[in-house]
Amino acid sequence: MKAVTINQISKTYTVQKEKTIALDGVSFDADLGEIFGIIGPDGAGKSSLFRILTTLLLPDSGTANVMGYDVIKDYKNIRKKVGYMPGKFSLYQDLSVEENLEFFATIFNVKIKDNYQMIAPIYKQIEPFKDRKAGALSGGMKQKLALSCALIHKPDVLFLDEPTTGVDPVSRKEFWDMLSELKQHGLSIIVSTPYMDEANRCDRIALIQEGKFLSINQPNKIIKEFKRNLYSLESLNNRIALKALKEKNEIHSCHPFGEKLHITLKENQEIQFFENLLIQNKIEYQHLEKIEPGIEDCFMELMLSKQ
Amino acid sequence: MKTLIFLLEKEFRQVFRDPAILRMLFIMPVIQLIVLPLAANYEVKNINIDIIDHDKSDFSAELITRLNGSGYFKLKNTPGTFEEAMKDFANDNADIILEIPSNFEKDLVKENNSKLFMAVNAINGAKANIGASYLNSLIQKYNIEVRTEWLNAPEQKLQKGILLEYSNWYNIHMNYRNFMVPGILAILLTMVGMFLTSLNIVREKEAGTIEQINVTPIKKHIFILGKLLPFWIMGLVVLTLGLLVARIIYGISPLGNLFHVYLFAAVFLWATLGLGLLISTISKTQQQAMLIAFFLLMIFILLGGLYTSIDSMPKWAQIITWFNPVKYFIEVMRMIILKGSTLFDILKHVGIMILFAIFFNAWAVLSYSKRS
Repeated sequence: MKAVTINQISKTYTVQKEKTIALDGVSFDADLGEIFGIIGPDGAGKSSLFRILTTLLLPDSGTANVMGYDVIKDYKNIRKKVGYMPGKFSLYQDLSVEENLEFFATIFNVKIKDNYQMIAPIYKQIEPFKDRKAGALSGGMKQKLALSCALIHKPDVLFLDEPTTGVDPVSRKEFWDMLSELKQHGLSIIVSTPYMDEANRCDRIALIQEGKFLSINQPNKIIKEFKRNLYSLESLNNRIALKALKEKNEIHSCHPFGEKLHITLKENQEIQFFENLLIQNKIEYQHLEKIEPGIEDCFMELMLSKQ
Repeated sequence: MKTLIFLLEKEFRQVFRDPAILRMLFIMPVIQLIVLPLAANYEVKNINIDIIDHDKSDFSAELITRLNGSGYFKLKNTPGTFEEAMKDFANDNADIILEIPSNFEKDLVKENNSKLFMAVNAINGAKANIGASYLNSLIQKYNIEVRTEWLNAPEQKLQKGILLEYSNWYNIHMNYRNFMVPGILAILLTMVGMFLTSLNIVREKEAGTIEQINVTPIKKHIFILGKLLPFWIMGLVVLTLGLLVARIIYGISPLGNLFHVYLFAAVFLWATLGLGLLISTISKTQQQAMLIAFFLLMIFILLGGLYTSIDSMPKWAQIITWFNPVKYFIEVMRMIILKGSTLFDILKHVGIMILFAIFFNAWAVLSYSKRS
C-alpha cells in the first residue's frame, strides 16, 4: 500500500466568472514512511492539493487515495488517519497550550498520555509554557504546538502545508530535524514548501508550477537530470549584466540568485567560451565559475523547457 | 458524549475568557431592561400648545388655566394672530394651536353654542393625534362643567346618549410597563441568542480553526450541538436575570406558572440559537453574519407586536408575523406573566416553536459542510 496515491486530479476555481486552474491533472504516489515534498512558488496549487487530500475540498476530476481510502467515498476513515497542519496557524488562540492539545486529543477520542511518546520531543520544548495562551506564543512555538496537535492521535500520514513559511532559518532547520525524527516512527509525511533549499531534506520531491508537476523524483536525481553546464557570475552591476546577457543568442538562461547570476549556454560550451563572450560584449565581472546546480536551478530549467 | 462535554467545556472557557461577551451577556440586558421600559411609553406629555385668545373673557381664561393644569399641555405662547402662531408651527415650537374666537363667552351663554378652532402639527403623527384627542376630551369636560355650574342646567340632561363604563382586565391600571417589560425581555433574549451564536462559527472560520476541526472525525451534529448548548444555558440565565429585574424593579411577577415561562423560553432559545448558527454557517465573515442577524432582528422587533399591535397591521404584514418566532415569544410572555395563562393555553405556541426549532437546526446542520 502507498501512503498517498493520486491520479489525474484537477481543480478549477471560478471567481466572478473568471476561471483559475489550481490543479491541472496531477498524479503522484507517496510511499509509506517517506517524506514527500511538494515544492513550488505561491499560487502553484500546493494548498488546493493538500485540501483535497485532507478531504476538505472536492476535486473536479481524478481520484485520490490516502492510506488506501478514497478521498470522496471514504473521507470518514481518512479523517481518522491523517494529521493536518494548515499553512495558517489555526489553533484556538484564546485557549492555553495544554488546553489546545487536550481539545484535539478529545476530538480524536484519545488521551494525551497514550501517544505522548511520539510528540514528546516536540512538546517538551513548549511544555514550560503550557499554561500560556496559544495566541501569546512566538512563531516557532506556535508551530511546535500545531505539530503536536496534528500528531496527538498518532496519524498514519501527516500533511504539512507550508510549515516553514515565515519561520526563521534556525527554527526551520529545527523543524526539519523534527520531521526526520518523526519519520523514525514510521510516519508518512507530505510537506509543501516554497523554499527550494529545503528539498534536500525530503526523500522525494515533486516540483509544481501552475497546477502541473514539472518533475517527481529524489532530489539528487532531479539534480542529475540537469545536463547543462551552469555558471555563476558575480558582476559589479547585476541589473546591467542581466539585461545585456539576456539579449545574447548564445545564452540559454540567466537568472539572478541572490548576489549572483546563474547562467546556462545554448550550446553546452566550456567556461573559456563564456569568458570570451563576456569580454567581447564588454560585460564587467569580478568572478566567474562553473558550479553544480541546485534544486532551484533545476526548477528554473524545467519551467523554461515546459514553456 | 465525552466529546460533546469537552466541546461544551471549551466553549464555556472561551466565553468566560472574553470579557466583552460576558458584559454583553449579563450586564447589557439588565441595564436595558432597567432603562428601556422607562423610556418606551405611549403616554404623550409635554404637548406644546399655542393659544390665540381673541375673547379674553372669564370663560376663555378658565379654559386656558384648565389646559395648563392638566399636565399634558405646555402653554408655549399666546400670540395675537393665527399667522404669528403659524410661525411657531413652522419652527416646530408648537404642536397644537387653539384659537378662541371673540364672543366665545357671549355665544356660549346667550346662544348655548360656541366654536373653537384647533390646528394640529401632524409631523409627529402619534403626538398630534393623541394631543388632539386629549384636547378634545378636556374641552368636552369643560363644556359639561361650565354648563352644569354656571348655567345651572342638570348634568344628566346635557349628557345625552350612551354612557360607557369600563374596566381594564389583566393590567388593571393600564400600567404601560407591565405590558412592555415582558416584551422587552423577549427581545433581549432573542438578541443575545442570535448575535452570539451567529458570530460563533463564523469566528472559527475567520481564525481558521474550523479547518483544523473539519479534518477531524467529529460528527456534524455534535459540533453544532456543542455550539448551541452553551448559549442555550446562558440564555436561560439571562432570562432569570431579566425576570429578577422585572420583579425587583417593576414589581412584575408572573401570574401564571414560572415553570411555563422557562419551558417556552427553552424551546424558543433552541429555535433562535438554531437560526443564529444557520446564519453563522452560511456567512463567510463576522461582518456578514452581523448584518444578516441585524436585518432579521429588525423585522422580528417591528413585526413582533412589541410596540405596535399586530391586529392593527395590514393583512399581509400579519401573515409575515406568523413566521416570526419572536412574536410568539412576546405573546406567550404577556400571556403567562400578565394573564396567568396555563400550559394548555400556550400549547399551540409551543408546538409552532418546536417546528421553528427543528427547521432552523436541521438547516444549520445541513448547511454546515465540512468540505467545500
